[in-house]
Amino acid sequence: MTHEIDFDAIIGKYRSDPFDYMDVCTIHTGQVRFRVRQDAAVEGPSGEWHHIRGTLLYEMTREGNQKKIFSSSNGVVSFIRDDLEGQFVEAGEKILTIRHPLKKREIIENILRQVLEPFNAPERAKYFFSLELQAKIDKHGQRGVSIKPGDEILTMSLMKRDTPVYYAGEPGIIHSVYFQPGVSVSQGEPLLGICSQEKLPMIQKIITRVKAEWE
Amino acid sequence: MEDLRKRLLKTEERTNYLSQIKDGVEWGNLSGLREKFVTLRDRFYDYTEEELSKEIGLLEESLCFLEARCEETLTSMDRVRIVRNPHRFSLKDILENVYEDYTELGGAEEVSIDPSMVAARASIMRRVKNKSVMQQVMVIGHEKGHGEEYRNGGCSKPWGNEKALRYMRVAETEGIPIHFYIFTPGSFPVEDYPGAGQQIARNLYAMAKLRVPMISVTSEGGSGGAEAVGMADVRLMFSHGYYSVISPEGAAAIEGKIREGEKMPKELVEACAENLHITAAENLKLGTIDRIVYEPPLGAKRDDFGFFRQLKSEIIRATDEVVLKTKSLRAFRAYELTMKKAGDQVVEEPHIEISWDLNEDEVKRLLSYRSKKYRAMSCKAYSEEGSACSAFCQKAKKSIAKLYYSFRYDLLKSQQKQVKKVFQDVSGEGSVLLKQVSSPITAAYDFIARKPGVRPGKPPAAASGSGEDPIEFGDVYTSPLANEDRTVTCPNTEKQGCKDLWVPDLYGEFGGVCENCGHHFPLEYQWYLKHLFDPDSIREFNSGVCAGNPLVYPGFEKRLQAAIAKTGRKSGIITFDARVMGVDLVVAMLYSDFRNGTVGAAEGEKFVRACESAKLKRRPLLSYVHTTGGIRIHEGTLGVVQMPKCTMAVREYIDSGGLYIVVYDNNSYAGPVASFLGCSPYQFAIRSSRVGFAGPRVIRDTTGEDIPPDYHNARNALQRGHIQGIWDRREFRRNLHKSLLTMGGGNLYYR
Repeated sequence: MTHEIDFDAIIGKYRSDPFDYMDVCTIHTGQVRFRVRQDAAVEGPSGEWHHIRGTLLYEMTREGNQKKIFSSSNGVVSFIRDDLEGQFVEAGEKILTIRHPLKKREIIENILRQVLEPFNAPERAKYFFSLELQAKIDKHGQRGVSIKPGDEILTMSLMKRDTPVYYAGEPGIIHSVYFQPGVSVSQGEPLLGICSQEKLPMIQKIITRVKAEWE
Repeated sequence: MEDLRKRLLKTEERTNYLSQIKDGVEWGNLSGLREKFVTLRDRFYDYTEEELSKEIGLLEESLCFLEARCEETLTSMDRVRIVRNPHRFSLKDILENVYEDYTELGGAEEVSIDPSMVAARASIMRRVKNKSVMQQVMVIGHEKGHGEEYRNGGCSKPWGNEKALRYMRVAETEGIPIHFYIFTPGSFPVEDYPGAGQQIARNLYAMAKLRVPMISVTSEGGSGGAEAVGMADVRLMFSHGYYSVISPEGAAAIEGKIREGEKMPKELVEACAENLHITAAENLKLGTIDRIVYEPPLGAKRDDFGFFRQLKSEIIRATDEVVLKTKSLRAFRAYELTMKKAGDQVVEEPHIEISWDLNEDEVKRLLSYRSKKYRAMSCKAYSEEGSACSAFCQKAKKSIAKLYYSFRYDLLKSQQKQVKKVFQDVSGEGSVLLKQVSSPITAAYDFIARKPGVRPGKPPAAASGSGEDPIEFGDVYTSPLANEDRTVTCPNTEKQGCKDLWVPDLYGEFGGVCENCGHHFPLEYQWYLKHLFDPDSIREFNSGVCAGNPLVYPGFEKRLQAAIAKTGRKSGIITFDARVMGVDLVVAMLYSDFRNGTVGAAEGEKFVRACESAKLKRRPLLSYVHTTGGIRIHEGTLGVVQMPKCTMAVREYIDSGGLYIVVYDNNSYAGPVASFLGCSPYQFAIRSSRVGFAGPRVIRDTTGEDIPPDYHNARNALQRGHIQGIWDRREFRRNLHKSLLTMGGGNLYYR
């Protein structure tokens, strides 16, 4: 199991190319007019509620309906289908790629998402650690508690009823907690990231390396 | 030597004050004066006492000269800066120096409900011969403080205005006069319960008929915030204060179309301040205030005790005046007249004891005077076409109508009501009796005659009114928007996955509503005229009242003419009689095409006349707000006084038993919402509309905080308790009819 993670490969991947590439595809059929050029810097949505829109990428006209498409993240336009300017394009055609520079936090999150076992919310509800587990966490810290299938780990609070949630999956320790107690979590959202005991040192190593090596 | 140093420091203070007023040292010889001062201060001990005294004397002399020149040439913006100066007196200073003693109510300093609004029970002393007489008053006003952050610079939060209203009611219960002091640059624009605009509307509504004398004095009167405590029987103003519809900076941002974050040109702000006519003298000329309380040159400061003595006599005099007006005794009247003749600057208070208690009749007279006062405001600020003959015809028509409606409703209706009631009672009793006798027979008949399986019972009653709604969307009026062959995207596409809408469908058959998520695209006001009311039932009145440019605002005349040419109408409001499924009503409709639905003197007058017409004809009144951008800033305070004026009209209409319904659509903001619209007990909004007190930019500018993008939408307004329901545009007609019947009852004019 330990050898399943080739962390050199993972880190090497991010080292050689610390970017995320986001393809922008046409949302529907229509005539495309670009509003950005190759290598242009674009901004993602901003504001406290993400209500200020990002950079205008392109406009699409169909049936006289002009539609503006804004960037969803910051970065640089690394690829653009200039030949399609003013052309009629089918829906789903890839016309732009935005190269988004990854931050240290994003890289760590990406890596963790790859290597951790997610535990997803079975229903939209509020979640709390079960009393027993909470006591253990208080005593030993989050990473000092190991869980195995069949353990009661969470309490799902829905409509004033508390239902215990039992763990099903690989045994391991709780590495990351994605929920806040008392805040509703939608169904299918990850609640916990579980990591098997053996994998832990490796993950720690990767994280420290990323933290140390990335500026 | 110590004396000389003090004198020197005093001159420095005066120089600083002067440069603050003039916004910099470039004016006059201020920089030279300052240099001289600095040399004197640095080489203080190099001089002999005599030399020093001579130099300082010279300095003082030139300073006096400069001050006098500054006072003569004060611009509007200078006055704004005087008012905002930290040295200016505040309400606390007035409470300390004008009143004998006072008790702050609702908490003090930062532990108050809203520290920017102070309510205090105070007593004021007057000397009658050798005796001193204490009189009780309620003092309510804004406290700017001297730099305390929690006071928000006198911007009252909604709960502060609520506090003011609470203590107004206390004063009413105790029968003591209220003295309002206005020191606010504007209301704090948060919509949290009870809501900025809502609370101002409630205050105005209550003040319209508050049964005690009210005096208001304005130092800094910023639009809505000022009106929340400004609807008084006598409105005084400090000579160096300002009273305005909007801050000069705000006006400059609108006029200069200045984007957020950009620097505002100083000249533009100065010009706007000039054009808005915000000074005391100009307001007196416009008739929006009654008298000026004169301040010492360059404005009174915290330690001008002579000024406070004068303020005391002025405020006593003003209260006397209000009280005496209500008395029926002639002697009092005569005395009042002599007081009026006494001129503007009176330092001594009247040496006669006048009781400020009013009896029932006097209260009635007080209220009627107040009503007349506000009805007459800004009546010269609009024009009305029509010859003397037509005016006479109008008058005659009105009196005939009055005769007819009072005969029909006051005489016949009450009789009819009583007869109806007797009939109802008798028939009710009768039916009970009859039922006892007839029930065995009907039961037997039912048993024999009815088919099995069919349940006995009455057929369902037909829908009230004319049954099926005859109007189908698209038949009557199709928006010109529908003529284009294209599609539009619903703004909720990302969230709701709405498909693109073909324009002819959307604006025709769908009535401008997204079929998937129900988002309402804006439609022209004509659509409502055609779809909301019964065909051909609209009779417009007062269409000749024309919006004007009473302040001769530069360049506004042209824009006004453009709006008139564009809409073919003369003001931003349409008033008409109409019918909804057989129910007659009077409608006042603010619409966006004319200067963004802003309200000025003409609009206010038309609205008041609509209220009067509805009152006369005993019909429900509907205010449909297609869009309102607030008070028209180009009319200055003549626009602002529409808030109390129209609220007074609404109050009188509702008090006489009328049913007043407000429906908001698209965007409804600012003054109108904070007065005559917001005071309605029945307020509804069309879906996808936005209702609020101030727009996002104003909120950002004044509070420095960002608001969520959906802050003003109808759902949130409903949640906050501002409106009572959200209507679908396609259901507007049916909902309106239903609410007319449910809220108005059978005869609609419900009391």
